[in-house]
Amino acid sequence: MTNYLIAMATFGAIYAILALGLNVMWGMAGMVNLGIVGFYGFGAYVSALLTVKGHTPIALGFLAAMIGTAAMSALVTLGIARLRDDYLAIVTLGFAEAVRILAENEIWLTKGTDGISGIPQPLKSTLGSDFNLAYLVFCLVVLAIVLFVLERVRTSPFGRVLRAIREDAQVAAFAGKDVLKFKVKAFAIGGAVAGLAGALYAHYSSYIVPEIYVPLLTIYIFLALTAGGIGNNFGAVIGAFVVVFFLESTRFLVGIVPWLSAEQLAALREFLVGLLLLLVLFFRPRGLLPEPLPRLAKE
Amino acid sequence: MLEKVLQLFLNGLMAGAVLAVPAIGLTMIYAVLRFVNFAVAAHMAVGAFAGYMLNVWLGVPAPLAILGAFIGAGAVGIASDHVGLRRLRGQSALTLAIASIAVNIMIESTIRFFFGGSPRDYAIPLRRDWVIGAFKIGPQQLENVVIAVAAMAILFLFLAFTITGKAMRAVADNPMLADSKGIDPDRMARLAIGIGMGLAGIGGMLVGLDTSIDPLVGFRAILSVFAAAVVGGLGSIPGAVVGGLAIGFAEELSLLALPATYKSVVGFLAILLILTLRPQGLLGTRATT
Repeated sequence: MTNYLIAMATFGAIYAILALGLNVMWGMAGMVNLGIVGFYGFGAYVSALLTVKGHTPIALGFLAAMIGTAAMSALVTLGIARLRDDYLAIVTLGFAEAVRILAENEIWLTKGTDGISGIPQPLKSTLGSDFNLAYLVFCLVVLAIVLFVLERVRTSPFGRVLRAIREDAQVAAFAGKDVLKFKVKAFAIGGAVAGLAGALYAHYSSYIVPEIYVPLLTIYIFLALTAGGIGNNFGAVIGAFVVVFFLESTRFLVGIVPWLSAEQLAALREFLVGLLLLLVLFFRPRGLLPEPLPRLAKE
Repeated sequence: MLEKVLQLFLNGLMAGAVLAVPAIGLTMIYAVLRFVNFAVAAHMAVGAFAGYMLNVWLGVPAPLAILGAFIGAGAVGIASDHVGLRRLRGQSALTLAIASIAVNIMIESTIRFFFGGSPRDYAIPLRRDWVIGAFKIGPQQLENVVIAVAAMAILFLFLAFTITGKAMRAVADNPMLADSKGIDPDRMARLAIGIGMGLAGIGGMLVGLDTSIDPLVGFRAILSVFAAAVVGGLGSIPGAVVGGLAIGFAEELSLLALPATYKSVVGFLAILLILTLRPQGLLGTRATT
């Protein structure tokens, strides 16, 4: 049971970091990214390939995952920054699919659907059975650092400009802000964070396959951010843990409805995820923790 | 080489005609309701499975079961919109798009709950490809093209000659003006969704007749459907036809240079290209960015 709880908390932390990455792109800069899972997967593969094939230290893998995903995100933004919301949704969804299809087919690099195994886990041999707990602590520390940094970003002048662009890009441009540059930076920061989450996952599970990065994970993260509060970093974190808790508690449906097959339970779970997302949009569109907006300056 | 290209061209024509049907559904809903309805994917699956029940369980021949695919997907479309999306009308296009993703998941998982995730086949005879000169044509593909063209022809007649069809075009063109002329916007919205999702259902079944069906039959095709609608110009029905053919050709011709698994990446690249060069799409009129 303890092991189970540790594993769940680890996933909660990784999803929270991913949700924080999405929050920079969508919550702060107002650019929806239905392909966040592609950025997460990209980071995971960068770190996995470097450490497995290049035998580099794990720390370098993490760093490369962040820088690589940030660079890739910046490049992507150049192509899509001017698109309207609903087009952005389509294009980013397509982007994630393209990344997954590449990972499945460029077998010389990624071993295709066989996946990459034997990804080194930090200090696994010294820690032995304590590895899982230690890795959870590591994830939580990383989460705390990311949260601290992004909260600084949000309250900085840079964050203020992002909010301005989100609300009205034309006005921001008129005020002399280089909108494209800010969007590229926001996407790069969000991408770095998503890539970091991917690397954390890769070195935790030690095994990655392209199927892990299916669009459903994007929906979990969207649910996390929407339920937590779009634009609110703390909301993103709480939302992610709530979603993991929710997903896991549905596992106990087995006890209530034992006559259902595993496939039916999985289907029921997906159904509930969809329903929950819809209910959040109906009744709490700003989430559990609505974005803290600065009060208008008092005269 | 030339023969190979012509063969791929022919395949592209057939694939494109089938692709155009759900793309029209998507674009039609967009024209009236002004948001990208991701639930088109799930409704393709609904149509495929409605047709499956008629065809396999009740022994209705496939070309007739297509009608069931239209009615089934249309009915589910109206119902799911009524329960899931109607409440959110007037919110941003993005909120509606995300809500439609939630609806999409709920419908797909419902199908999976009852039918399981493994592929199923329609009860259709296996037929040898016809060989005409140097070209090969699959009888099933040809039949699918005929059905797709028939569905599109009926839709065009409906939109061009009936009062209701004209009213719907009026709403798509200028909702305020249409409203002032006494056209009930709610009724038109329901109609657009019913017909649009019905067409998605036909598309789902046609794709299934060509391959096999499972709850994700629509989801796998959705990127190509989006590509067809966006390339043609979101909101333009003739555009969706042109876009469908364009994507069909592009996906088939890509086989000259790329393995078949990269087909859906072609759709994605086509979207990127058109949005960069001509964001309103080939036949779209409204500036969209």
